Amino acid sequence: MEERESEGRARRAGPRQCSVCNLRKASIKRPKTLQQICRECFYSVFEEEIHRAIVDNNLFKPGERVAIGASGGKDSTVLAYVLSELNRRHNYGLDLFLLSVDEGITGYRDDSLETVKRNEIQYGLPLKIVSYKDLYGWTMDEIVKAIGLKNNCTFCGVFRRQALDRGAALLRAEKLVTGHNADDIAETVLLNILRGDIARHGIYSPNAYRGFAREFIKDLERIRPRAILDIIRSGENFRISTLTKMPEQGTCERCGYISSQKWCKACVLLDGLNRGLPKLGIGRARAVNGPKKDVVRGLTRPETQRSSLESKHCGSLDF
Amino acid sequence: MKLTLEFGGGLELLCQSIKIHEVDVGLKDGEVKLMMRDLLTWIRTNLIKERPEMFMKEDSVRPGVLVLINDCDWEIYGNLEATLEDKDVIVFISTLHGG
Repeated sequence: MEERESEGRARRAGPRQCSVCNLRKASIKRPKTLQQICRECFYSVFEEEIHRAIVDNNLFKPGERVAIGASGGKDSTVLAYVLSELNRRHNYGLDLFLLSVDEGITGYRDDSLETVKRNEIQYGLPLKIVSYKDLYGWTMDEIVKAIGLKNNCTFCGVFRRQALDRGAALLRAEKLVTGHNADDIAETVLLNILRGDIARHGIYSPNAYRGFAREFIKDLERIRPRAILDIIRSGENFRISTLTKMPEQGTCERCGYISSQKWCKACVLLDGLNRGLPKLGIGRARAVNGPKKDVVRGLTRPETQRSSLESKHCGSLDF
Repeated sequence: MKLTLEFGGGLELLCQSIKIHEVDVGLKDGEVKLMMRDLLTWIRTNLIKERPEMFMKEDSVRPGVLVLINDCDWEIYGNLEATLEDKDVIVFISTLHGG
């Protein structure tokens, strides 16, 4: 005991060497491979994998204008960085733009729009912010005033989905890219299976359900870190029976946006808002398009928001 | 033992919106070293003011909370069994929310 004390406390075993470069100390254990690697090697394998995916899938052509959906969150920030870096490094020849959506919720986007403006400077990418007010004539605050706190997630989700596409069109971008993390994708795959709605478009779901799926996949990950990637792989391998009736993609008669119905969802919702019947298009909408099943089911999350920690805003994937 | 604890990604909301805590964690009687397992219990008792289930699940952090010891993933050091040393910086980041 005395001897040990005179030696000082034994240092804990430090990290081992990075299993890629064998030079630096490892700082993460990569869930995908369970390899212990250093920060620098993680960046390089991560970026190289994305480059491979872009090349192998012929995602881009030289000269294309590409809009990057930017929310100011971690996923889209990583995307903006990686894509601008790879574009430079490998001479993709792309014209890149940051595209942000301002829903018009007082206070909500202030921080994230600041982050996006920082990204604009850091990565030297021109930024376009499109607002709900410009696109639809209504801010989310005004919508909430008109319809109350219940159901406004429907509007926000539907409008956001279109806002990116419309913003990309304003930028004359041929392509729109959005950043998602593996957890989110795995969660969505799982939800699609659980709800049996692979054949449907959209991911409008009550938040509570999403919360359970998230908790479940994170529990699985703890047992087996690759589980998340395996779920995504399963999702990519879904095959839809030829007997399943898929929604036919057409265009909205009103605004020309892609829609499987006569009017797209945003137009149905807007029509209700503008006619002072904001409940139109929520729940089982029969008003314009006749009976259909894939309309939002009661989004009855209590509106006393308990911080964003529990789950995400609105039922859709954050970009 | 003096430690710097940092909470991010929303976890700071559980400890009065303070992100960085300089703390002095005592060893239990008869213990010679502090392990992450002990630190989590200490945090739960001394720092977390609300909804501890957002931070912990059973005796570990809630899945989806990243833990870094001196900028290294705690898995490298053995998770709950990781031994802490004076002046270590431990960071907790929740990833259970939007991107």
